[in-house]
Amino acid sequence: MRRTRVIPVLLLHQGGLVKTIKFKNPVYVGDPMNAVKIFNEKEIDEIVILDIDASRDKRGPDMQQVREIAGEAFIPLAYGGGISSVEHVKELFYIGVEKVILNYQAIHNPSLITEAAKLVGSQSVVASIDVKKNLFGNYKVYTKNGTENTNEDPVEFAKKMQDAGAGEIFLNVIERDGTFGGYDLDLLKKVSSGLNIPLIICGGAGSVDDFKQAVQHGASAVAAGSLFVFQRPHRAVLISYPSQDELKAKLYSVLQ
Amino acid sequence: MFVIINYGVGNLTSIQNMLKKSGVNALISGEPTAIAAATKILLPGMGHFDNCMQKLNESGLRPLIEKKALEEKIPVLGICVGLQMFMEDSEEGSEKGLGWVKGKTIRFKPEQMKEEEKIPNMGWLEIQAVKPSPILQELEGARFYFAHSFHVAPQNKSDILITAHYGYDFTAAVEYNNLVGVQFHPEKSHRFGMQLLKNFALNY
Repeated sequence: MRRTRVIPVLLLHQGGLVKTIKFKNPVYVGDPMNAVKIFNEKEIDEIVILDIDASRDKRGPDMQQVREIAGEAFIPLAYGGGISSVEHVKELFYIGVEKVILNYQAIHNPSLITEAAKLVGSQSVVASIDVKKNLFGNYKVYTKNGTENTNEDPVEFAKKMQDAGAGEIFLNVIERDGTFGGYDLDLLKKVSSGLNIPLIICGGAGSVDDFKQAVQHGASAVAAGSLFVFQRPHRAVLISYPSQDELKAKLYSVLQ
Repeated sequence: MFVIINYGVGNLTSIQNMLKKSGVNALISGEPTAIAAATKILLPGMGHFDNCMQKLNESGLRPLIEKKALEEKIPVLGICVGLQMFMEDSEEGSEKGLGWVKGKTIRFKPEQMKEEEKIPNMGWLEIQAVKPSPILQELEGARFYFAHSFHVAPQNKSDILITAHYGYDFTAAVEYNNLVGVQFHPEKSHRFGMQLLKNFALNY
């Protein structure tokens, strides 16, 4: 049976976990350690933790906090936020992170991707690409939490990241973030078809059916934030994750 | 004493914490005295094969570890590149492996895959047991987390303990005498990883 990774994405902001809509208006959803313990028990596939303050505040990862989270995460943990040197990568691995996610540095210093891949292997280096349409309706790669337009084309940029040594692409579509409206399947298809490495799609998931469609459009793994921390319709905080039975019935079996 | 060898690579705290949750106290150490007193050894490994071999060789611990593994024959568990280091060499690099198990580590061969798969293999696969072992207790139908571009290819088929399917069936674990190595990451495979580490710590 072919499995697809289903990945919750947690955002760190001022020490707590938050969830955004279109990368804005962070709402507090809980304590990171508590959330990781709950996700452990739900036997999830993998977890992504992004510190959304670090690069903007021009600081490195909060190693103490990441260490505490990693020590409790009995699931693969990918961390992103403020990673700007090989030393950061080295330390993050030493404290128990499985993968590093680079965004700001991937754009401004792609050689860090190459150096990190040499050190820890490309399977553990993820290039994160935040995408938004510019005023002319063209997809562009953004950074700094979606505030800085790099003018890079996402399809070309993803290839560049692959060539630099990234083992995986994390494609986050800003305008879908927190909307429950489904993934951007057209963009997903365009980006993934140019790649040999796996692509994780993020932004807009509202159901297991969205996961299925994403895989059918070229995603190797699917990620979501709001879907796993909010209960609709009132966005009440409730951590959830689809059961193995649900994933088997609605996702894996359909993809045989 | 259960010793997790610290030679400067690997996710050691999560292995230790997972063992602790199963009631097993393991020591993370690169001290010769601690390793000399070990009754069980876990050999971690992550990242580039050459980097791991160089670090292990530079640590000065290799003769001691080889004495424990090959002369005293205490149980040794290799994880990920830790397993790959058991072999004679690796297509990933130019360093020689430990050569404890005959065979080599090879890159996934896309041309041999029945289904097209991306490399690296990142994700969860169900395992198939090839031969019985105390380390497999209560792991029927288990799935484990993999993150790798290379896998081992033992020369003697009798050393293959577990296979998994990614484009084709590949060796996901070997067992040769007191040596057992797994390509996947038990410390990141929640319930199943905890069971495997517990099996190694208590029943092996």
